Amino acid sequence: MVVYLSGRGRYLALSDLRVGQSAILESLELPDNVGDHLAHLGFLPGANVEVLRRAPAGDPTVYRIDGVEVALRKETARHITVELTAAGSRK
Amino acid sequence: MDCCTPTSSVAVAEPPVATPETPSNGSKSRTGRIRTIALIGPPNCGKSTLFNRLTGMRQKVANYPGVTVEHHSGTMKSFGRPDLTLIDLPGIYSLATYSEDARVAVDVLKGNMPGVPAPDAVLLVLDCMHLNRQLMLAAPILSLGLPTLVLLNMSDLLEERHGKIDALTLAHELGHPVALISAAKGTGMDLIRNFLQQFSEFPLTRPGSARLPIIQNPASCRKWAGQVSARSHFEEPESPRWTRRLDAILLNRVWGPIIFVAVVIAVFQVVFSVGQPLSDGLGTLLTHAGASVAQLLPDNWLRALLRDGLWNGVQSVLVFLPQILLLFLFIGILEDSGYLARAALIADRLMRAIGLNGKAFIPLLSAYACAVPAIMATRTIENKRERIATILIAPFMTCSARLPVYTLIIAAFVPDRHLLGHLVGLRASVMLGLYVLGFLMALFTAKLLNSRVMKASSAPFVLELPQYRWPTPRSLALRLYDRGKLFTKKAGTIILACTFVVWLLSVLPVHGGQFSELSSSVIGHIGHFIEPVIHPLGFDWKIGIGLLSSIVAREVIVGTLGTLYGVDPATHASSLQSALHHDLGIGGAIALVVFFAFAMQCTSTIAVVRRETNSWKWPALQFAYMTCAAYLGALLTNQLILHLFKASASF
Repeated sequence: MVVYLSGRGRYLALSDLRVGQSAILESLELPDNVGDHLAHLGFLPGANVEVLRRAPAGDPTVYRIDGVEVALRKETARHITVELTAAGSRK
Repeated sequence: MDCCTPTSSVAVAEPPVATPETPSNGSKSRTGRIRTIALIGPPNCGKSTLFNRLTGMRQKVANYPGVTVEHHSGTMKSFGRPDLTLIDLPGIYSLATYSEDARVAVDVLKGNMPGVPAPDAVLLVLDCMHLNRQLMLAAPILSLGLPTLVLLNMSDLLEERHGKIDALTLAHELGHPVALISAAKGTGMDLIRNFLQQFSEFPLTRPGSARLPIIQNPASCRKWAGQVSARSHFEEPESPRWTRRLDAILLNRVWGPIIFVAVVIAVFQVVFSVGQPLSDGLGTLLTHAGASVAQLLPDNWLRALLRDGLWNGVQSVLVFLPQILLLFLFIGILEDSGYLARAALIADRLMRAIGLNGKAFIPLLSAYACAVPAIMATRTIENKRERIATILIAPFMTCSARLPVYTLIIAAFVPDRHLLGHLVGLRASVMLGLYVLGFLMALFTAKLLNSRVMKASSAPFVLELPQYRWPTPRSLALRLYDRGKLFTKKAGTIILACTFVVWLLSVLPVHGGQFSELSSSVIGHIGHFIEPVIHPLGFDWKIGIGLLSSIVAREVIVGTLGTLYGVDPATHASSLQSALHHDLGIGGAIALVVFFAFAMQCTSTIAVVRRETNSWKWPALQFAYMTCAAYLGALLTNQLILHLFKASASF
């Protein structure tokens, strides 16, 4: 898990968030078609994303973003960077 | 302002009437009447439900994204507008196209689809539960400059969950009329009627006066959509507490998989415990009906044809109607409720282990009903090679056409015993085993293709979980009606025709005015000719004829056997189930269902693979591969059982 600190919060991969945590989406590094699809589901910089639950096998994970629930595999969530805010990390 | 924030589903709002001086932002001026209307919206917003309402047609609808992959046209006859053609389109998020289904939608919309007239007007359907995100699509669609009516669907749910939207302000913001509707309940339909009336009476030069985002990337569209919904006093509905609570159980680490398996077993259990008695009853009824009609006929070749040939064949397929309906009732409940998306989530780990594309899951699931729509549903898969791989494995999923064959053999050869106390029947377990067998074979084939064809990482699994909804009795009833109609129609056409051919060949040639004995008839000769090939599988020549005829469609074997046993004096009086014991041992019986689990006995599937891959290479390869798999599988099964019996007999 790569964690680097900034003035405001910690940046990490979406896949590294624990269930119940929420964070602010920072950037997506995915192929155009995937990024575009996710962007239309609400995965845009600045959006608040919350980890709702993991599938019984531990993967994929269900995220709540922009009012909808979207499941992503770890291999996809790895390429999404989020900023963990103070509010999001309490739990 | 509160007084005029209509949340009721009958609110309509007109945009400011455009004055002639208003510059038309690139929109063509229209002088003719509107004829063609496109239905567009994001995935799973209810377009097809609305399409079915407006046209009286029955496109498949379900509670998950990506159900519609083609364009369908229908006249709005049942809506009182036979002059208008409505085009249902696959759901899209934007006008950028990465997959074939999205390309279809955009091509039709822009008038680039050969054979489909360019639409004169657009019905933009949005799920108003998630308006601030769904509105993103409004930007590119309104930019097209076509007369557009914005339909906020599921307004009944919005109201129920205390959400709000001011449709009037939204209409002003968008520069296009807005109507609150519920396609499922049928509210707000008169608003659509008014809109169409107006547009066809006053040909428009009405430009959209909305301030649309200039750069239409997702970020700017989302920002714009958020601002527009905020200005339209959109209040998000309360979060669906029930969905969360249910998911806490249904996706629970322990309970999730247990419930998943229990649901599947319960389906088969009911198909047998409820379906079998109903089917038996229907069988008795049909036999009596056939017998009493036959008595009215003179005892000649016509009576033989009608009773022994056609009626025996067709009724032996028709009796499976109750099981088919029960299966589709369950599929309907699972699809409409939104549980299938959860099932996809639970099964994803397994799918990934074999390197299967995440998007392959929905097509593969729908293959449990029928491989034909499943193969069409692979259009959502962007990568061509992955798409072909999914097409190749889809027919291994146990489609409903296998159900009559499975139930017939199981009811005839598997004793009606209980396992685990009275919880699970042996017959239901065998049936489940066959479904699992088909699935495992699909996995094996996927693995085989995986080495070269499939790469899991290129199209990731992105699954939007729909909220749980109660399946409406109307939707379920319509599904069952359609399925029942399809099934009986097939029995009355394809199966009837095949049975006729089989009967004819089973009595020809005519010697001195007498029909041939079965074994010396044309079909007997064909059967005896192929018998050496299938003998190691435990099949005799009659089963062989059944297999040959079932290349047309799987259920045909049941009709063929019904006819052959009806013609044969030895089995003439007995039921199909007991007649089968003349020709099949337990080894052959199990081998037969294994054969059907693997074989590609379906001309419709072959045709759709040919169409979707645009070559004969893939269907030919697939047919050869599946037939080999079926032959080897059946051979192995029969020999294994024979040896087991021999071994147990020698003790």
